[in-house]
Amino acid sequence: MNLSEFMTIAISAIFINNFILTRFLGLCPFIGVSKQTKPALGMGAAVIFVMTLSGFITWVVYKYLLVPLELEYLRTIAFILVIAVFVQAVEMAMAKLSPAIYKAMGIYLPLITTNCAVLGVTVLNVNMFFGKDISAGHSFSASLLQAFCAGIGFALAMLLMSGIRERLDLTDVPKSLQGVPIAFIVASLMSMGFLGFSGFKF
Amino acid sequence: MNILAPIAVLGVLGAIFGLWLGFVQRLFVVKKDPRAEHIFSLLPGSNCGACGHAGCFGLAEALSKGEVDTVTCPVAHEQEREKIAEILGISIKAKEKTTATLICGGGVKCRNNFEYHGVEDCNAAILIMNGPKACLFGCVGMGSCVKSCPFGAINMGGDGLPRINPEKCTSCGKCVKICPRGVITITPLEKQYHIQCNSRDKGPDTIKACKAGCIACGKCVNACPEHAIEIKDNLAYIDYAKCINCGKCKEVCPTKAIERRE
Repeated sequence: MNLSEFMTIAISAIFINNFILTRFLGLCPFIGVSKQTKPALGMGAAVIFVMTLSGFITWVVYKYLLVPLELEYLRTIAFILVIAVFVQAVEMAMAKLSPAIYKAMGIYLPLITTNCAVLGVTVLNVNMFFGKDISAGHSFSASLLQAFCAGIGFALAMLLMSGIRERLDLTDVPKSLQGVPIAFIVASLMSMGFLGFSGFKF
Repeated sequence: MNILAPIAVLGVLGAIFGLWLGFVQRLFVVKKDPRAEHIFSLLPGSNCGACGHAGCFGLAEALSKGEVDTVTCPVAHEQEREKIAEILGISIKAKEKTTATLICGGGVKCRNNFEYHGVEDCNAAILIMNGPKACLFGCVGMGSCVKSCPFGAINMGGDGLPRINPEKCTSCGKCVKICPRGVITITPLEKQYHIQCNSRDKGPDTIKACKAGCIACGKCVNACPEHAIEIKDNLAYIDYAKCINCGKCKEVCPTKAIERRE
């Protein structure tokens, strides 16, 4: 993979096709856990971790199980199964081996086991990086990179939103808009802002 | 035939994963103290954080590990406290019942320097020229304490001051923490008389800002049969350890800055 392709995938996943603000995936944790910066960051870190992990696992499952058996149409259900199992296993191992990391990040793991953003990035990987003219090595590294960068984009959106919402708490919001409604309005404004990134064409 | 392949693949996958998860579970088993769960069920569960731990389960874990040796929860009832002590095999000292008390009598009696049309929040209001109230020590009256109370024990009275219901109050201390002026303190429930002023300004300055302020005249000091009142920084203080609820101080106070709680 050369540098320009690397940048294309990275910038596209983080900014142009940001998973929350452009693709509208993973809105539940985006609204639910973005009230304060610290939990939002923990959640973002957990999403980066889970997305990268599941990008790796689903690539292996798709390439060496579903494609040879010609069962590509089972990918959604198979991916849900694998991701859920692996995240669960990692959570258990983490609780035993590293309680410090578990305390900072592990509590968010059950919330995102096969969250739609995680499933979305794996399905998208399959759509984008599998084909007759793409080599296995290239498809693997591109999938992993896109999964990792999608996680970064998710964490970025969470961080921005939590900063705004911390300030929103001190402002005079009309009663009918307090809480989640104003958060959605802010989210849609941010989403329109992120549309500006689609001006970057490679 | 076509239907069998996917069923077999998913079935085998599921079976392998199930067995593997079970194996991981046994490999990485984390021992949880069953006493922590039991103690947690006895705690109030409001996660107010007044004990200094991360929620009720944090306290339960700390107790079961022996990190703290008494029940530091100020909210739990006496029976629960005793049950928890029984589980841990420790004894607790009976704690005097306390309640949050407002020590400002200003409200509408306190002059406004300007009209405030901002966010209804005390901490936001004092950012603008120290808030609208002329007294820099008194209640701002925007009701941040009302919003902070997890037990609904505080509401706004008509006189611009919060009212604390001692029956609902659990002395968790959230209102004490959120108040930017520090006009809420935790006092013993059975002591009925309180100096309803927090102004350390000199007498004339105090009365200029607020008709209900303590001017540190010292009448209450002389009237108290137990010598429980003293004047410090232009303000009278009651020593609750000495107070006998006689009410002589309230009778002599010229500005009616001493209040009786029913």
